[in-house]
Amino acid sequence: MSSDASVWQRAREPGAAKLSARVVVRAALVLAAAALLVALPLLVDDYVLSAILVPLLALSLAGIGQNLVTGYAGQLFVGAAAFMSVGAFAAYDVHLYLPSTPLLATFAAGGLVAAATGALFGLPSLRIRGFYLVVSTLAAQFFVEWLFTKVGWFSGNSSSGVITAPPLRIAGVSFSSPGGHYWLSLLIVAPLTLAAHNLVRGRIGRGWMAVRDMETAAAVVGVPVRASKLLAFAIGSFYCGVAGALWAFAYLGTVEPHGFDLDRSFQILFIVILGGLGSVAGTFLGAAFIVLFPIALDQAVAAVAGRSVDPGLLQNLEKVLFGALVILLLAKQPAGLARLVEIAWIRARRFAARYAPRSRS
Amino acid sequence: MLRSRVFALAPWLIAALCTSSCRSHSDSAPTEGPASAAAAGSAAPGANDPGGKEQYFPLQSYRVGPYAAGGSGFFGGFIDYMQLVNTRDGGVNGIKLTWSECETEYVVERGVECYERLKGGLNGAPAAAMNPLSVGIAYALIDRATTDKIPLITINHGRTDSTDGRVFPYVFPLSLNPYSEISAIVNYVGQREGGLDHLKGKKIAVLYHGSPYGKETQPIVELLAKKYGFASTHIEVPHPGTEQESQWLQIKKLAPDYIILRGWGIMNPVALKTAAKIGYPVDHIIGNIWSNSEEDVIPAGAAATGYIAITTHPSGRDFPVLQDVDKYVVSQGKGNMEDAKRVGTGYYNLGINNGILNVEAVRVAQGKFGAKPLTGEQVRWGFEHIHIDDARLKELGAVGLLQPISLSCADHEGGGAVRFERWDGKKFNVISDWIKADRALLRPIIEESSTKYAAEKRITIRDCDGEAKL
Amino acid sequence: MSFFLEVLIGGLLAGVMYSMVAIGFVLIYKASGVFNFAQGAMVLFAALTFVSITERGVPFALALVITLAAMFALAIAVERAVLRPLVNAPPLSLFLATLGLAYVLEGLAQTVWGTQVHGLDLGISDAPIGAGAVSVSRFDLFAAATAASLVGGLGALFRWTRAGVALRAVADDPLAAIAVGIDLRRLWAIVWGAAGVVALVAGLLWGARVGVQFSLSLVVLKALPVLIIGGFSSIAGAIAGGLVVGASEKLAEVYVGPLVNGGIETWFPYVLALGFLLVKPAGLFGERSIERV
Repeated sequence: MSSDASVWQRAREPGAAKLSARVVVRAALVLAAAALLVALPLLVDDYVLSAILVPLLALSLAGIGQNLVTGYAGQLFVGAAAFMSVGAFAAYDVHLYLPSTPLLATFAAGGLVAAATGALFGLPSLRIRGFYLVVSTLAAQFFVEWLFTKVGWFSGNSSSGVITAPPLRIAGVSFSSPGGHYWLSLLIVAPLTLAAHNLVRGRIGRGWMAVRDMETAAAVVGVPVRASKLLAFAIGSFYCGVAGALWAFAYLGTVEPHGFDLDRSFQILFIVILGGLGSVAGTFLGAAFIVLFPIALDQAVAAVAGRSVDPGLLQNLEKVLFGALVILLLAKQPAGLARLVEIAWIRARRFAARYAPRSRS
Repeated sequence: MLRSRVFALAPWLIAALCTSSCRSHSDSAPTEGPASAAAAGSAAPGANDPGGKEQYFPLQSYRVGPYAAGGSGFFGGFIDYMQLVNTRDGGVNGIKLTWSECETEYVVERGVECYERLKGGLNGAPAAAMNPLSVGIAYALIDRATTDKIPLITINHGRTDSTDGRVFPYVFPLSLNPYSEISAIVNYVGQREGGLDHLKGKKIAVLYHGSPYGKETQPIVELLAKKYGFASTHIEVPHPGTEQESQWLQIKKLAPDYIILRGWGIMNPVALKTAAKIGYPVDHIIGNIWSNSEEDVIPAGAAATGYIAITTHPSGRDFPVLQDVDKYVVSQGKGNMEDAKRVGTGYYNLGINNGILNVEAVRVAQGKFGAKPLTGEQVRWGFEHIHIDDARLKELGAVGLLQPISLSCADHEGGGAVRFERWDGKKFNVISDWIKADRALLRPIIEESSTKYAAEKRITIRDCDGEAKL
Repeated sequence: MSFFLEVLIGGLLAGVMYSMVAIGFVLIYKASGVFNFAQGAMVLFAALTFVSITERGVPFALALVITLAAMFALAIAVERAVLRPLVNAPPLSLFLATLGLAYVLEGLAQTVWGTQVHGLDLGISDAPIGAGAVSVSRFDLFAAATAASLVGGLGALFRWTRAGVALRAVADDPLAAIAVGIDLRRLWAIVWGAAGVVALVAGLLWGARVGVQFSLSLVVLKALPVLIIGGFSSIAGAIAGGLVVGASEKLAEVYVGPLVNGGIETWFPYVLALGFLLVKPAGLFGERSIERV
């Protein structure tokens, strides 16, 4: 984790001895978290793996892509699903027409094609701003959906236009069980998440935020505004593309062009809003919320009222609640769940500091 | 710095959230079959033996969203039929049917989540079969259901080549696959024109929903066009189909003799209204199997009067089985339909037919495996040995409502005949007997497609003759 | 040639239907700078409320009054629960809040009135009337006339009433408007109410054409390119944009569509709008370019 660097830096400052204990604790925590993530399939059952964790990881990855473009670079973009779709179909086509390509390379290829497409549809951002950009990305949304429905080549000329996942194997190891799907997702999502985490802290990320906060000022201090924007679209779309391939291959096992429709784009956008614009960690919280909210509500109502509640009514109620929550969060905590968790963390620490006996002082 | 801490915490949080919301599943150990996995959740002693007295039907229903009319009617009919079997007969040979619903909203990933949530059974009762009533969800479940050994029923829809049970051992496009549907419609049009040879030189346009479902039949239409010498045109209506002005202007210019309407949901009434607007005669529009419900014509008002559609499940309440449903279920206040007026409408009767076939599969399988709750694999055997002839239809009280149907290891469709009905402004009236599809013509195309699929997915083709000898 | 004319006229009239939705956007954008994505949900809400009331035996005129009252109540609620708490939020947050609002309205309308498909008969035939080979639907003409009178009515409202003058002042310079004592909150409620009225009219016309049900809320997607082409802040622009989008997409679908397998109507308006953006970023009648978010 990059944050460790700052800790090391401070460890060299006076009082380093006091800090080193915290570093050890932190390292242990990170290791434990990583171990837990890897060992999860041994702890939870297939339902949690294949119906919750795998989609959660794929959606989080797409959310990170959206967040890079919207949260960091400040470009309003509502077509994330289109680039997921490009990634899924490109990965499938690479597998179909170049069958010897290794699985991870097909994912990368999906991401790269999506990145190129993203940069292309990001071009208008050089001339237009704000809501007008919504139209450019919506054009991508509808055009891509149409293209994959219409041009049979993309789906291997299957009469229905539905693509099916290739066998999931890396170096002879099969990833076809629910646990395998999860590990494969983790194998792809974890490094990309770390990369994004570092990216936004580096020169590129700072450039994006400068463009977001004030374009003219960014240009004045020497940020290459145009290149920054296009790079944001390309990298964001790369993430969406890989996420789309993951969604198609590891989660559903099949996908049709309409599986990546406008509703999906809004879903990704909501993940970022709920989780927190400009927070990579928040994206995971947002995705967890999106995936778990309907399931939790369903089970909560079932627990309280039994099965007597009309499912249709429940569904509409869920919509109302969800919309209301979005409005509430925007009004009360525009920085999203990430900030809420952060605040809770600070409070917990203050609480601990006040009541826990401290030998150090 | 704080961010990074949250960052490290996120996975913990997610894991904590997950396990708490899915508690009932978290303690199930890896097991051999779905039945036993189900039992583990209920923590009953002797969980590996489905020793209960109930057979479970997981229902991936949809009662909201753009296709709510189809979902609520179909699942209402299905549930009412199971209720009838429970109250009138005390279940199937004493084994009561039980079910629970999970709302999919017709969205694929919600369907998958529901599948995973329900496949393990309910309180120890094992899942018999899945009935998602959605092409998209069905596609996403093919691999999963096959791995989990649970029959996936796609009555009147789904992948045409899944008719080939040798490649798709757990998928059942019961009663009518999309190719049979087109073939039967062409046969009917031929009959109306005075013989199939009169189709030569005619123009038939297919107005289809822009989705995998809508596109599915293109190859077969072209094949039949070549065979009978008519000209075919495909015109797509983009989803959801609320606007069809330009499509119908194209039709006006083309002036086809017949239009096959492969619609779904809102697209159907809008098609009929727009047809009236440009002045196309409504009785030359032939609706397919998903364009034949009351919900498809009523919103079109007067524009729909005279419209003809195919059906495998004629509307009406005069069939003995529906009278029983009324007597034992609906009039007892146990009916599932919010609006009792919809009992006996198209989607509802399809649900009844689906119920009859599912329950029949359980009954047939019990004949082999004994009167006890069965695993999905055993129920699959039941489906493959369904043999409903006229005598059996009479016993079921479903003469005219359901066609005679026989399934086998290689043939997962079994029926392939349809009746035609005309909308008179108030109700659908049946205007033909069962008209058969040319299934012998279709089978080689189906096998070509399924063999290609088997090669792609590295599936070993089942030896149906060998299995029959066992 | 007559076929071309028929497509063109059909397209122009379809464009009027898009304009009806776009006008609601423009009103709200002018008054509060909010890009209201919930306009489609408002169309659904209004039409579903109206139809459900009439189906319970309430006469047409009374149902209209009740629905109008509901739309104004909704406007006040939106002002209280959405606009006021977000008063100093960036435009992006406001846009996202209207997305949330769309969910609330769709869910609410269907919770109260159910999810069935309703037919809606305004008593105007959709049958073609026409001179020679070119025929026009009576209903389309009626819709065009309704749109014209709606625009006329709104124009009069904004020219001669206090609220209208206030609206123009706010659109011109919000801070100056507040400084001279304009009650911004009241104005917002009025404008959202007016947008609700427009939504009702649009909902009735669309509902009569396609039935009243969930898909009605999707008409919002047709209105976006219309807005881009016409400009966000001009009612005349919304009309012109609608006509351009309607005519060009129908012509494209009928003449270009068959070459590429059809179905291009979904994205053609967006690509057209994109073209407009690159050439004329403020739209045909737009007053100023949009500031960055």
